[in-house]
Amino acid sequence: MEDKKRRTVLKLGAAASLAALAGTAKFLAPSEDQSISECSDKVKLLSPDGEIVEIEASLLKVDTHDHAQTMAKNVGREGIPGKKFVMVIDLGKCRNARKCVTACQKMHYVPEDKEWLQIKLMKDNEQSAPYWFPKTCFHCDNPPCVKVCPVDATFKRTDGLVLIDNDRCIGCKFCMAACPYSTRVFNWGEPEVPEEAKQVAHSPETSVPSKHSTVEKCDFCPDMARQGKLPDCVTACPNGVFYFGDENEDSVTNGSETVRLSALLRDKAAYRYMEELGTKPRVYYLPPSNRMFPVERGFKNLDNEIKDRYKDVH
Amino acid sequence: MNIESTSKSLLKEFAPQITQWSTREKLWIGFWSIIFMIGLYALYVQATEGHVVTGMRDNVVWGLYIANFIFFIGISYAGAIISGFLHLFHVEWRKPIIRIAELITVIATIIGPLYILLCVGRLDRLHHLFIYPRLQSPITWDVLAIGTYLVGSIIFLYLALIRDFAILSQADLDVSKWKKNLYRFFSLGFSNTPQQRKKLNQATTALALLIIPTAIIVHSVLSWIFGMTLRPGWHSTIFGPYFVLAAIYSGTGVLVIAMWAFRKLYKLEKYIVEKHFIYLSYLLMVLAAGYGYFTFSEYLTDWYSSEKWNAELIEKLFNLNEFGGWFYFANFAGILLPLIVLAIPKMRNINSITAVSAVLVFAMWVKRYLIIVPTLETTLLPMQDTRMEYVHYSATWVEWALTFAGIAMFFLMFKLASKFIPIVPVWETSEYLEKELMKTK
Repeated sequence: MEDKKRRTVLKLGAAASLAALAGTAKFLAPSEDQSISECSDKVKLLSPDGEIVEIEASLLKVDTHDHAQTMAKNVGREGIPGKKFVMVIDLGKCRNARKCVTACQKMHYVPEDKEWLQIKLMKDNEQSAPYWFPKTCFHCDNPPCVKVCPVDATFKRTDGLVLIDNDRCIGCKFCMAACPYSTRVFNWGEPEVPEEAKQVAHSPETSVPSKHSTVEKCDFCPDMARQGKLPDCVTACPNGVFYFGDENEDSVTNGSETVRLSALLRDKAAYRYMEELGTKPRVYYLPPSNRMFPVERGFKNLDNEIKDRYKDVH
Repeated sequence: MNIESTSKSLLKEFAPQITQWSTREKLWIGFWSIIFMIGLYALYVQATEGHVVTGMRDNVVWGLYIANFIFFIGISYAGAIISGFLHLFHVEWRKPIIRIAELITVIATIIGPLYILLCVGRLDRLHHLFIYPRLQSPITWDVLAIGTYLVGSIIFLYLALIRDFAILSQADLDVSKWKKNLYRFFSLGFSNTPQQRKKLNQATTALALLIIPTAIIVHSVLSWIFGMTLRPGWHSTIFGPYFVLAAIYSGTGVLVIAMWAFRKLYKLEKYIVEKHFIYLSYLLMVLAAGYGYFTFSEYLTDWYSSEKWNAELIEKLFNLNEFGGWFYFANFAGILLPLIVLAIPKMRNINSITAVSAVLVFAMWVKRYLIIVPTLETTLLPMQDTRMEYVHYSATWVEWALTFAGIAMFFLMFKLASKFIPIVPVWETSEYLEKELMKTK
């Protein structure tokens, strides 16, 4: 049920962003989108400023022209005004439950073997103990991937996000070679996309649907942020590992507690992964001290395939 | 004797190369055409099924194709640098071999970029490079540089051809009418007036001056595709000059091989003589020493400072269970062997110089592979992937088929070019022979 609702919201979100673009006089929505007619007379739409407005359903006009899509693209490129998204990952709380991974896959309609969010088992040196290390895209402020893209298919937004326009990507993979964190994945063959996701017009904000021979990655779910919701990895985590928020508001939340970002970073000795590379990530890590779970907990109920990944770490 | 009558007799001697097809040549064309067709089929498979048919995956995103790309752009230096430099320094002995060198340049510069296209997943969106170009991207630099280089090297080749086209169009050759018409068209009405000669000379000198920096830019920009990233083994300040030197080195090697082959094939023993090979072997020695110096300083600094990822990469390169075998081969056969063999005066003869060149050209190809794959297999974060094809790259038949198709294309284009134009420049060789004659008198 929860899933179905989310997917409807996703569709509605896509339709709404199209509609909102055209201003107040003219509204656009794909005619095949049933979710709109289901919602009685009033339809909730998102304005370009990120505000929710209610509109008479009868005002919606169907327009299938290309320019609707191009305009949606431009909004996807600009970023949510006034925002500066940031994530804090508390390594002391992670026990490799992998709920973030599966939630992300479900949200973006990607198959099980494609992980935009990966969990590594890290061991910093001989003496220290291993710990679980969830890795999203770092949405760097000095992104090596964006620098090298020859066609502006991957870009940096005003709200800090690094996104990909999969209708523009030519699949040269230079961004993948340039990313020092191996964040990006490529659709080497025709991607498995469920029927319902195929209908959606691609937007850099949803990263749905996957397209063959193009690059994709973690997008921090800006479509959820536009609805005032947290990314799915954050809400799915049973241990509250992920804190997501806005640097401008100086607050982040993991769904159950909301904390002051600057205080959290200062008091818990936050660091950015491989700071020395100069990429200026927007993801901070809290060191894996005072761990809530022994690392062995993370091996319980794991598929053998996944267990095998960590066999080199002792 | 004067130049015109010399060139007439020269052309008569070279005529069979253009007018006749021997059985051996037909077999040669047939064989490489089959290889090429297999490549076309592989291309069809890759185009319809996607890059999943290659050995490339998320970690090793580039493989054989990029190695071939560097290789072909590298050998293209034969014409640009060798012919350009020798022209500027008025080295007379260059004249019989410049056509071969310049043909290598043009053909390799056509084939090389095709391999970049093979790395592009969405060829249907190639026009995005022009409608959404970003000047910050080294790929855009490459498109601009290689485009300029290709046009420049075609003009350079063509300028040296105009006089030969004029001779060909007037000669009594047993060729079809359309060919004759083409010769006349391409000769641009050249009739050897002093003014035309002067203009042609000026243009050639200008092109020689332009083509050298263009060639250097092309290979530097190409190296920066790697040098600009934060990857071990790639992120190196010497990558530009290192690649440029490697390119001149392998280009000279290919030039020697081509000279040897055409000399045998078209009985050019009188014109391409041992002296040419020996002079080029001196050049090879200098280049081997320079290239060896760059290689040594590159690996020494990485090994000595032993930063984590560099140390990991060096370990892979030196480990016989990983890339060790090929690494030792590339450096011993590619650098030390040519240096030692060519240093012995007795060994400096046509056959051994050619054999050494063949070995070093292959070693340089291996070296390009070793620049690409081991680095991509050395990720900064642990891979922790159980899918072996994601951890280790191994090229598939599609990639090999397309690699050989590139080689086939090289041979086919060379062969077809030699059926249209004399492989030894008629006019310039006559000039050279006249001067030699004067000297002996």
